[in-house]
Amino acid sequence: MSIRLLLVISLTAMLFGCSSDKVKDDAPAAVEDLSSQQANAGATEDTNAQAYGSDDDSTSGFSQLDDPQSPLSVRVIYFEYDSSEIRSEYRSAIEAHAAYLNQNSDTTITLEGHADERGSREYNLALGERRAQSIKQQMLILGVSSSQIRLVSYGEERPSVDGHDDASWQQNRRVEILY
Amino acid sequence: MKVIFKIYIAGLMFVSLQTHAVLDIKITQGIEQALPIAIVPFSWSQASSVTPFDLSKVITDDLKRSGRFDVMDELDLPQRPANFDAINFNDWRKLGMENILIGNLMLTETGDYDVSFRLIDVYRGKQIAGFRIPAKPNLLRRVAHQISDIIFEKLTGTAGAFDTRVAYITVKKIKDKKIHTLQIADADGYNAKILLESPEPLLSPSWSPDGKKIAYVSFEGRNSAIYIQDILTGKRERVSAYEGINSAPSWSPEGSRLAMTLSKDGNTEIYIMSLHSKKLKRMTVHGGIDTEPAWSPDGRKLAFTSDRSGGPQIYEMDIRGGDPKRISFDGKYNARPRYSPDGRYISLVHAVNGSYRIGLLDLSNGSINTLTDAKLDESPSFAPNGGMIIYATTGVRGAQLAAVSVDGRIHQRLGLQQGDVREPVWGPFLK
Repeated sequence: MSIRLLLVISLTAMLFGCSSDKVKDDAPAAVEDLSSQQANAGATEDTNAQAYGSDDDSTSGFSQLDDPQSPLSVRVIYFEYDSSEIRSEYRSAIEAHAAYLNQNSDTTITLEGHADERGSREYNLALGERRAQSIKQQMLILGVSSSQIRLVSYGEERPSVDGHDDASWQQNRRVEILY
Repeated sequence: MKVIFKIYIAGLMFVSLQTHAVLDIKITQGIEQALPIAIVPFSWSQASSVTPFDLSKVITDDLKRSGRFDVMDELDLPQRPANFDAINFNDWRKLGMENILIGNLMLTETGDYDVSFRLIDVYRGKQIAGFRIPAKPNLLRRVAHQISDIIFEKLTGTAGAFDTRVAYITVKKIKDKKIHTLQIADADGYNAKILLESPEPLLSPSWSPDGKKIAYVSFEGRNSAIYIQDILTGKRERVSAYEGINSAPSWSPEGSRLAMTLSKDGNTEIYIMSLHSKKLKRMTVHGGIDTEPAWSPDGRKLAFTSDRSGGPQIYEMDIRGGDPKRISFDGKYNARPRYSPDGRYISLVHAVNGSYRIGLLDLSNGSINTLTDAKLDESPSFAPNGGMIIYATTGVRGAQLAAVSVDGRIHQRLGLQQGDVREPVWGPFLK
């Protein structure tokens, strides 16, 4: 759920931000360490939402990223079970993203790899990364600079759907392209 | 016929300030040849006041939960002897009782306690074990577990694991936010303590061999990183935060090194970090997935999961290096190996017809025995005495903990009051 919300937030940020905005998402999350007698007072407010915000003092420019007709609107690539092979139906979307990144060399993306809940968590973490990796490879072949692509895998830890059935699993085996 | 009985450890109802039972443990399947034993309530030196702690209840619950004992109902006890001479052996023999435990709780002049107990073989009319244990008031529960351990060892021949702890991860959803915690609790679910709370995922807790620290993976920095936290002080250190995956920490048996999975060099590989120098030694070189390292108890080998042959399978390699050898061949999916304390078996996640179950790989012949029968079981972890395996299982009520004996005959469920609980890791024997 929250992924979708974040996606909306980041899209909104792009709509209002100019293309040079880098969406920072490496702010540390609030973590509370409760084992010491005095809980660490460093625990601040949840940073989830602000981490994906951007300086939005500019309202210039409708970006092609926001065109629902554009192949750039495809932001989630789905995978088969235990596979990191990119299905042919996603080729045009990945080419479009690569072309956009080539034209906007100061834009960076995060490829966020995910897996369904079946099997072991650590294997799924590796599988999520390999899925993100396979899209990155494709983009590098298409001329994108590796400095424009950040990878992160969450394995099965952040499902987009919480169910325990085939339909949910299908939704969760994915790579999200986050601008 | 399987004996099925249910025991609910009184959870919330008997919570005092010191003892919270967050996990609610019940036995779903026990064994038929359970040993008969009677636990006589401990006599209390200050007869005019209420006993400050019910030792016999904790011991009774421990033994019942193990599935290996048939504990006589307190109401059926023919007598309540406080010392050896008061035992009327004939009364007990007539009831077919084989073993009885008697004991005393005494208040000392300093305000502490003395716990003494005797385990008695009814047929031979002899004492099997007898101890006196001094205890601070806050340690009486632990003393009860230690007594359970002694009973278990004397009567079954293997060490008990009641005086141990488990670590696990919980996830609660509040509105649309998830809260992850790393917790530890006594092996009976009491004394749960939160070590860490985070809005971002936590996973893969691993105990240090001395039981004083826990290594784990946290996503608090928007990527996986490995931390080590001191349980008593709460002080923690980030030991690995390279680009890419930092995960699957596993402590070496002597405690000075941490095996882990890193993808900093292109894809997931196994490394060993010296905790003193933080220097890394790369163990695997392969384009496939290599992850989930586990140390053999003698510290000479690492088992890990690799998909170099196609799907995930278990491989073993020498700590000094060399080519990994595949050791699992039964089925298309075998992952997350953990050695048994005697090094003869590996517990793992084993897929059978699309169901993920806990399997036991016999290293002497390569066979895999499936111990559970649900659809989404994972994260097996051996008790330090090797008798039980705790694991996570997902069902209609979400993720819960369960345990199964290595022979597959005893099954327990450990339920959390709310939210998911997962990735249980049984800690070492406490010293």
